Amino acid sequence: MITLSGLTKTFDRTIHAVRDVDLHIDEGEVVVIVGPSGSGKSTILRCINLLEIPTGGTVLVDGFELTDTATDIDHVRAEVGMVFQQFNLFPHLTVMENITLAQRKVRGRSRAEAQDMAVRQLTRVGIPEKADAYPRQLSGGQQQRVAIARSLAMEPRVMLFDEPTSALDPEMVKEVLDVMLELAAEGMTMVVVTHEMGFARAAADHLVFIDEGEIVESGPPEEIFSNPTHERTRAFFDKILY
Amino acid sequence: MTQNQGTETDQTADPRRGTHRVTDERPWWDTFPWWGAIIASILLWMASQIATNEDYELAWDRIAPGLRLTVTATLQAFAIALVLGLIAGIGQLSRNVLLRNIARTYVEFIRGIPILPLIFTVALIVVPETTDLVNNRLNDWFGWEFKLSFQMRATVTLALIYGAYMAEIFRGGIQSIPPGQTEAGRSLGLTRRQTMNSVVLPQAMRAIIPPLGNDFIAILKDTSLLSVLGVLEITQRGRQFSASTFKFREGYFVVSFIYLVLTLSLSILLGVLERRMTRDRKGER
Repeated sequence: MITLSGLTKTFDRTIHAVRDVDLHIDEGEVVVIVGPSGSGKSTILRCINLLEIPTGGTVLVDGFELTDTATDIDHVRAEVGMVFQQFNLFPHLTVMENITLAQRKVRGRSRAEAQDMAVRQLTRVGIPEKADAYPRQLSGGQQQRVAIARSLAMEPRVMLFDEPTSALDPEMVKEVLDVMLELAAEGMTMVVVTHEMGFARAAADHLVFIDEGEIVESGPPEEIFSNPTHERTRAFFDKILY
Repeated sequence: MTQNQGTETDQTADPRRGTHRVTDERPWWDTFPWWGAIIASILLWMASQIATNEDYELAWDRIAPGLRLTVTATLQAFAIALVLGLIAGIGQLSRNVLLRNIARTYVEFIRGIPILPLIFTVALIVVPETTDLVNNRLNDWFGWEFKLSFQMRATVTLALIYGAYMAEIFRGGIQSIPPGQTEAGRSLGLTRRQTMNSVVLPQAMRAIIPPLGNDFIAILKDTSLLSVLGVLEITQRGRQFSASTFKFREGYFVVSFIYLVLTLSLSILLGVLERRMTRDRKGER
């Protein structure tokens, strides 16, 4: 589904955010990327829908080579959902309008079709009653769930999550993770950057530990948690796990 | 004895005790908008002069007909400036190197020239020479000529100048929207244009409308510069009245009175609009 080969991203020619990363993600697989802040994990994720343009290497998504200028990136992005740390809901639109906007403009659905889909996705994330609210009237957890519903309404083939719970108050983390767990159980292909090790343990098929822009270690989460082979991995877990 | 229970002693005699309680309430005369009352009374006095004094009445009758022209020129200049400003504002943010540099050149070039010399340059040099050029062809081909009145020349100049100011307002408004909004739009598959039109611009309008309102008022005042080309708006009529009757005080009083009434009503309207917009934003992050 997604194949990164030799992915490299350099900012301002001097800051090497990502160095020569190879990563393959199969359809239906859930990959969780962890690592210290500034390690380049978000940059890798953002390269998968070309929000960040790779300096080197290739990004193959659903058969499309993103680094090729012939690829219609808007077409690929419609198939790749993205959930942001800061939710990035459109504040001037209601929840319903947030979810129907791209459906109508990109998928060409009628208003009725789009609203129908929006209600279904809102029900899926557990807040169908908030359709007419504005984002500012919702809690952080609710906003993030709307953001997830907005992406799902496009019926993407892949979902990317960029630290989806990092901006949330602690009591709202679970409601968002529950939605993500359910999504994973339904077989959605997911790439998740997060600090929630509980989620990684419960949902990840594959855990990738990144440090200084490189993949240090990757494999089944249980294996890496219980028996990290690399010193940097061990040091990271020592810092974050009680 | 603690100082809080000083019932048996004379309180004012204690140097540690004042006579008043600390308060954050302000008396009515502190918060009353005296400035509004002062301006309102000046306007009322002016109005009463115009209504009762023959000389003022005469001045009013000669000058007020220019109001129509002033308002027309303001609306025309504002409308053209709005279009120019939007194009140049978005143009400055374009990825197209040609578009970006044309927009930037326009803005920097125009902003650096004072209005008065620019009006003369456009009205007396640029317009005649380009129309000559165009008209030669038009005449050859269609037997038709293109003419631009002095009023339109000055109005277009005003629009050119304010278009450059507005370009900066639009650019600033667009850039004030967090990049995450654009990223969210693009991630959903929206094109650059769709994201700009449906996500960024509607939000940017909140930052754009108040300064645009200020520019509207500024254009209204600057239509007085049309007088240098002999356009009969209120300033020019005031000049003519004063020059022919030597009633300078009456003439310029009436001219100022009209501008004040127009600009003050506009700023009150703008204030209402702005308050409504901030009220809608309450609780927004």
